Amino acid sequence: MLKIRQPTTEPRASRRAFLAGGAAAAGALMIGFRLDLRGARAEGAPDLSAVKANPNAFVRIAADDTVTVIVKHLDMGQGNTTGLATILADELDADWSKVRTEFAPADAALYNNLLMGPVQGTGGSTAIANSWMQLRKAGAAAREMLVAAAALDWKVPALQITVENGVVRHAASNREASFGKLAAAAAAMPVPQEPRLKDLSQWRLIGQTVPRLDSVAKTSGSAVYALDIRRPNQVTAVVAHPPRFGATVKGFDDKAARKVAGVIDVVAIPTGVAVIARDTWAAMKGREALSVTWDESLAESRSSDAILAEYRETAKRPGLVASQRGDAEAGIKGAAKVLEAEFSFPYLAHAAMEPLNATIERAADGGYDIYAGLQFQTVEQATAAAVLGTTPDKVRLHTTWAGGSFGRRATPSADYIAEAAAILKAWGAKAPVHLVWTREDDMAGGYYRPTVYHKIRAGLDAKGSVTGWQHVMVGKSIMIGSPFEAMLVKNGVDGTTVEGASDTPYALPAYRFDVHNAREGVPVLWWRSVGHTHTAQAMEVFVDELAHAANVDPVAYRLALLTNAPRLSGVLKLAAEKAGWGKGASGKGRAMGVAAHESFGSYVAMVADVTAGSGSVKVNRIVAAVDVGIAVNPDIVRAQVEGAVGFALSSVLRNRVTLKDGVVQETNFDAYEPTRLTEMPVVEVHIMPSRAAPTGIGEPGVPVLAPSISNAVFAATGQRLRSLPLDLSGLKGV
Amino acid sequence: MFKLTVNGATHEVDADPDMPLLWVLRDRLDKTGTKYGCGIAQCGACTIHLDGQPVRSCQTRIGDVGEGKITTIEGVSGRVAEAVQGAWRKLDVVQCGYCQSGQIMSAIGLLSTNPKPSDADIDGAMDGNICRCGTYQRIRAAIHEAARSLA
Ligand code: FES
Ligand code: FES
Repeated sequence: MLKIRQPTTEPRASRRAFLAGGAAAAGALMIGFRLDLRGARAEGAPDLSAVKANPNAFVRIAADDTVTVIVKHLDMGQGNTTGLATILADELDADWSKVRTEFAPADAALYNNLLMGPVQGTGGSTAIANSWMQLRKAGAAAREMLVAAAALDWKVPALQITVENGVVRHAASNREASFGKLAAAAAAMPVPQEPRLKDLSQWRLIGQTVPRLDSVAKTSGSAVYALDIRRPNQVTAVVAHPPRFGATVKGFDDKAARKVAGVIDVVAIPTGVAVIARDTWAAMKGREALSVTWDESLAESRSSDAILAEYRETAKRPGLVASQRGDAEAGIKGAAKVLEAEFSFPYLAHAAMEPLNATIERAADGGYDIYAGLQFQTVEQATAAAVLGTTPDKVRLHTTWAGGSFGRRATPSADYIAEAAAILKAWGAKAPVHLVWTREDDMAGGYYRPTVYHKIRAGLDAKGSVTGWQHVMVGKSIMIGSPFEAMLVKNGVDGTTVEGASDTPYALPAYRFDVHNAREGVPVLWWRSVGHTHTAQAMEVFVDELAHAANVDPVAYRLALLTNAPRLSGVLKLAAEKAGWGKGASGKGRAMGVAAHESFGSYVAMVADVTAGSGSVKVNRIVAAVDVGIAVNPDIVRAQVEGAVGFALSSVLRNRVTLKDGVVQETNFDAYEPTRLTEMPVVEVHIMPSRAAPTGIGEPGVPVLAPSISNAVFAATGQRLRSLPLDLSGLKGV
Repeated sequence: MFKLTVNGATHEVDADPDMPLLWVLRDRLDKTGTKYGCGIAQCGACTIHLDGQPVRSCQTRIGDVGEGKITTIEGVSGRVAEAVQGAWRKLDVVQCGYCQSGQIMSAIGLLSTNPKPSDADIDGAMDGNICRCGTYQRIRAAIHEAARSLA
């Protein structure tokens, strides 16, 4: 259990807060982190509808009628600010043109992620899912308070009052008032604990096409990202990091660096040597002039190839049993046909467009202010406080827009935030410090999607049914060694390593999944869809192989194994139908492939149409079907799936972070090239109509892309490419 | 000391001639709409206009600007700019938005010289702009949309 002490407990925000602004910080005394990655449906997950209405924490109405929704999550592009505001505004019956958003301060009591226990953080595609009832109730309660205020003022029964588009009205007496006029009086009304929620037939915004709230700022250059923070007298710091993970500073010579125009100071910190300068350019030049010697006695100095070769050996032994049913070995022994396959996966960098950076300053009151694309506020606040030798309540967080993250900004060690704090401290906090990681720092800085190896053996009977499935996986756990180990690792098995495979929805009668936790010194982390980035490829490609071995259509074969998974079958059928599965006049070298996978409580199927041959693959079209429960903003749901394709395609085709004797080789977009416009396939997204509570879509589009393409390449060429990135060099023309 | 014209205003900047315009704009003039993505001409996040032409500001040294007129996302204006920004908003192109200043500056550059670009023209003008969020489908659609609104 992660225990973070927050010794002061300030009073809860008063009910006036929603008018007067800002919620006061309220501290939790102890934090038990929980991560329900499968969303509200997971066993033991909290009852999200039990949340109390707290309009003061989430909405502020100003006299000028603007409605400001407080967003407790980081928006790194997934559009959750718009979605979260939509939920609240709909129940409030607000005028959408008056709705604004503001990122919440750090407050684990008011703004915790309800699926993470008392931890404020964004991840696991939970922003909409955990906030759904919380924001509906907040909006509905605020609406009832406005109505109550009007009823009191007009001396009419509240039941006769209607609210529409930001206006409160009493038709019989022909009176009306805008939200802004009533806000002050409404704030004095008692907060209804269980306000009446709308029936879904009454929604005006949820499920409709509502434009993004951030489009204007992000197309005019005015949206403020962490890198754009400019505090008075701010200086910029860049850090010389060791070339190998685990190395430390032995000594350094900063004479030349200090001579560089604009360099102000050079300080040693636990993670390297920081050059502080008047601007980024000077800091970068100062760093070039620095000479540092490293103590590499504890550093990881193996190459990524060697690490993977060790994994291969390890996989020959039984590991920790993550899940088991029936007797897989016996099933395979008696099989008519046995198939075997191995899959390997490289380290992947998140490579968000905005490199990691944060600004930190000591305020006049002795506290500290941090400005960054903060994703794990409770952890970041506690970590910075520990580095600064203060208490978390003295560290104020200011969350900015984030130029992508894909998981990298939510790091259990809060690495770059801790580094910024360490620089400020080492330098004596003479001015606000902006720590900037260059693209190279960002890419070589570790916290990669782990490198992973899967080996699968399965048997089929004469009819093509699975008789047994043995699955062994080797990879470094994200959670072991992190503060969350005790909470999230059960019997040595890290759920984020095996998710999507050990809990496969396929009805496999005899199944065994073994996992080995590797221990190399390369820091690893969740990368958009976490374990599903590799488990979906292993499962969905291998099932495809079984279908072909059984001589059954891959869609039909899956459906037969998914009789207990109606929502997954649903999207699979929908994607197949919309793609024209089985009807295509696919010539040689062009074909379709399919994959379906559940992640984070959402269901996605994709059909890829590819042209493949002679060392190349061109993805022509992707047809996706998704079931995310109620789609709060269907256009953003579609955008996230389109984006997932664009984001993940380069990891299917070429991206890998390799280490040579421990040194990262790919440090910029030339060697680690993201998908480009010319490679982007046409993406068509179909949303399954649903009345189920919403789940997330930030990540679930990613897992199915690789297997749908891999399976299409097989259908087009007869060549089975399993490992990622696809080894196109061996691909022959047909 | 260099004299720069940025978005119509003159600024004096004391810097090494090899300082990239990107950092001059962002760190000396606080014009932070222009973004840093790679610093090596790979991503286009830093795209600005120099005398109306899209250039990578991370590769443009302040010493080479001379009398050139610099336009950044904050100052870009006119019919084409409005059409492009309007199309971007209409189609909700942005996700994280970090690449979009550069995408928009490249798109304005394209449409200023080629008001009816084909898909191949778009490929040629936009392939140097990376969007890690993968908004390419909408970028392409928005350029066509802007072209339609300009016709
Ligand atoms: S920052 Fe200039 S091209 Fe990437
Ligand atoms: S919108 Fe995020 S990088 Fe393009």
